[in-house]
Amino acid sequence: MSLLEVSGLTVHFATDDGPVEAVHGLDLSVGAGEILGLVGESGSGKSVTGFSILRLIRPPGRIVRGSVRLDGRDLLTLPEEEMRRIRGARIALVPQSPRTALNPVITIGTQIARLFELHGDLSRRAAWNRGIEALDQVGVPDAARRMGQYAHQLSGGTCQRVMIAMALASSPQLLIADEPTTGLDVSIAARILGLLRELGTRTGAAIILITHDLGVVAETCHRVAVMHAGQLVETGTVRALFRQPLHPYTRALVRSIPRIDREVALEPIPGAVPSLLHASPGCRYMARCPHALEVCRKNKPSLDVVEADHRVACHALEANRAAVA
Amino acid sequence: MTDAATALPLPAQRRGPLAAMWRRLRRNPVTLGALGVIVVLTVVAVLAPVVAPFDPEATDPAIALSAPTWQNLLGTDVYGRDQLSRLIHAARLDLIIPFASTAAALVIGALIGALSGYRGGWVDQVIMRMVEAVLAFPAFVLAMGLTAALGNSIGNIILTLAITQVPIYIRLIRGEMLRVREMEYAEAARTVGNPSWRIVVVHLLPNCIPPLIVQATLAMGFALLTMAALSFLGLGIRPPDAEWGEMTAEGASHMVTGEWWLFVFPGLVIMATVLAFNLIGDGLRDLLDPRMRGVR
Amino acid sequence: MALALYVLRRLMSVIPTLFGVTLISFFLTYMLPGNPAQVKAGPLATPEYLAEVERQMGLDQPMWVQYGRYVGGLFRGDLGESAATGRPVLQDFTQRLPATLELTLASLILAILIGVPLGVLSAVHRDTAIDHVGRIVGVAGVAMPTFWTGLLFIYVLFYLIGIAPAPLGRLASGLTPPTAITGLYVVDSLLTGNWRTLWSSLGQLALPAATLAFSVMAPVARMVRATMLEILQSDYITAAWAAGLPRRRVIYGDALRNALIPVVTTLGVVFGFLMAGNAVVETVFAWPGIGNYAVTALMTKDSGPIQSFVLFVAVMYVIVNLIVDLLYAVVDPRTRLS
Repeated sequence: MSLLEVSGLTVHFATDDGPVEAVHGLDLSVGAGEILGLVGESGSGKSVTGFSILRLIRPPGRIVRGSVRLDGRDLLTLPEEEMRRIRGARIALVPQSPRTALNPVITIGTQIARLFELHGDLSRRAAWNRGIEALDQVGVPDAARRMGQYAHQLSGGTCQRVMIAMALASSPQLLIADEPTTGLDVSIAARILGLLRELGTRTGAAIILITHDLGVVAETCHRVAVMHAGQLVETGTVRALFRQPLHPYTRALVRSIPRIDREVALEPIPGAVPSLLHASPGCRYMARCPHALEVCRKNKPSLDVVEADHRVACHALEANRAAVA
Repeated sequence: MTDAATALPLPAQRRGPLAAMWRRLRRNPVTLGALGVIVVLTVVAVLAPVVAPFDPEATDPAIALSAPTWQNLLGTDVYGRDQLSRLIHAARLDLIIPFASTAAALVIGALIGALSGYRGGWVDQVIMRMVEAVLAFPAFVLAMGLTAALGNSIGNIILTLAITQVPIYIRLIRGEMLRVREMEYAEAARTVGNPSWRIVVVHLLPNCIPPLIVQATLAMGFALLTMAALSFLGLGIRPPDAEWGEMTAEGASHMVTGEWWLFVFPGLVIMATVLAFNLIGDGLRDLLDPRMRGVR
Repeated sequence: MALALYVLRRLMSVIPTLFGVTLISFFLTYMLPGNPAQVKAGPLATPEYLAEVERQMGLDQPMWVQYGRYVGGLFRGDLGESAATGRPVLQDFTQRLPATLELTLASLILAILIGVPLGVLSAVHRDTAIDHVGRIVGVAGVAMPTFWTGLLFIYVLFYLIGIAPAPLGRLASGLTPPTAITGLYVVDSLLTGNWRTLWSSLGQLALPAATLAFSVMAPVARMVRATMLEILQSDYITAAWAAGLPRRRVIYGDALRNALIPVVTTLGVVFGFLMAGNAVVETVFAWPGIGNYAVTALMTKDSGPIQSFVLFVAVMYVIVNLIVDLLYAVVDPRTRLS
């Protein structure tokens, strides 16, 4: 059994025109020490999935079905107070935009130190010192001085390092990093990712890396899960998935990675994420799919095993294999 | 994070914006109800002589200071005049004065604001300094000073209320104008060779109308409150003209002898009317200004 | 350094505003019905004597000269004379100012103490019964004419139930005011340990302060609610939830601390409302402050005090807004340090 097992997760957002199914019947598992890349366009439901694991979906959003098991215990049925003790302590979040994720009117030091007080049961002074250490560890220079500063005085990269230090304050078992490199300079982004990978190895924490960038996944992750319109379309090891991307959407994503070593025209994926308001009973990728079959209109493809640890949800598998070959 | 909520695919607009607005309005019974209150009140005011059960001036010492009865639903005053009839007739002044002052302020403010925002430069500077000076006075205090200086004829009260409101519209329109001026359709109109006044009147002002309507509706309530308070203090409408604030003042002098209905009902009518205006204003803001939607 | 520059700029910006304010109040005085020289000379004055008085008062000078004299007078603290009391308006003002100050401060404190928690509750329990009730109270509070709220309070609490004292001034009759230290009866009787006057002045203050507070509590609550809603959806609050911070700490620590900053800016506007409400509330409760003084002057066509009141309130308002802005700059680390 893996550390985290998500099964059948379904999340709805109420709108004026009826519920929008942001995540539909999602299955996912992450083992200790593993880095899973959760990939998809914006609106594909990957962030919603991340927040569902933390049970931080707020109205009009609502988790309708499914279970999220951490070490076998279903988080979705826990009382709120118990869930709160898990947040930050056992599952931590590295948020999307580090600059806005730090409280603008509280010093960095106070924000870090209070986490050590809360999760590590330390005295105020000890927590403060641990905070300085933690900043040091994630490579924030001049940590002691930074403690007295505010978010707006730090660079984006430093803010993200601070966020990672905060996420690690309680040595969590699972780290959810939601687009942790958005808005960061390429070289800084690479260093942040390196830091995450290193921390994963050192602490043995599992990491879910939410991103829209397959390039990032290729460099950082062990396994990948590709989401489209609220559903998983393909999962597998990074190696398998990049060697043989079987779902047409994954293929399109792979082709849209800019590469230095090859001279290929980047191909945009046609169409946009379809409306999830009046989702059809069939495959949600159909409208954008080059291989769409008649069966795709009526039946949702299930996520089927094609080889060890490689699963795809697509009716047109043969056409896909041909396309890859 | 915000990505989760905002990046959700939005439902396609299947109907026009007006239809969508009506759909939202229909689902907003509070705004509709408030609108109903104002419509009924206006009709009652217009038809006052027909609707009022009695002549508001008719005195009858025999029933002076009578508590509410089936005959006189809201009781009678010290001269035996029917309070309900007086309130109904007073509705005319209480609606027309805020309306006239708001309309005047709206037109004047829109023109000055448009000029200020469109021309910019020293014209804008001078106008904005003047606006700031007027806004430096709490509105009601300025109104007190103005009525004292101008005298309290109905025309002067309208003028007073208009003056206290004008700066708000000037600012509003100027801001919108600065925002809209840079937009593409203004640019397009200019390149086609439209004279500048035409651009302002035909192309820019209509885009400023939604926030104006919201502001004007809220201002109606405020103007009514200001007028009532002026009259209550004896600075606004004076007897024998009936006005709700002035009626409350008259009623207040009977409180110590227990004739509560004389001050309770006029005040209640003021509150209900202002409440209705405010609710409509809030509802319209939600409908017209998507930026404010949900913030309320 | 940036802060010092900001303070300087903000201080400078007051000058044109004050110029405009004095200009307007000068025009208000200038437009006043009646000839002040006639008033001074008496109804039986000969035309020659009247012209003499006009010359003495400078009324024959061009308008801008008169404005110069007016402003010059203001700098010397000359607000004119009250025909009713026969004393300089400034003297009457300083005597009545503590009463107004006490009432204004009490209602400001009350409005914040009630308005802020109400706004927080509404935002936290958005779209629940608590929120709806809070909003109804808020909307009704804005719509109620202040004088009427005051009358209702008096009618119910004094006339019907009898738990409130008679709405006549700052102390029950028969009591002498405490030794003047601040001029605020509550504070002074506290400082001098005079419990009877303290109790009486608190009782007298309760209803007018509640009346005034009721009218401004709603905007405060509304503002707090709107900013809280925005802040509760911000990234840093989500991050705080995700870090497992206790609910209380997130809402009253992290969120409210941020929400109060914009609320500080509305205090200026709230103060304006309170000053405007003063005239009405002081009249209803026979509270001997400057608002009451101005209204009484209006009744007797005593123009000096009225225009001085208008000018005085405007100047106070400008100063309070200045202080609020400076306070804002100091409170918010973003403006303080960048």
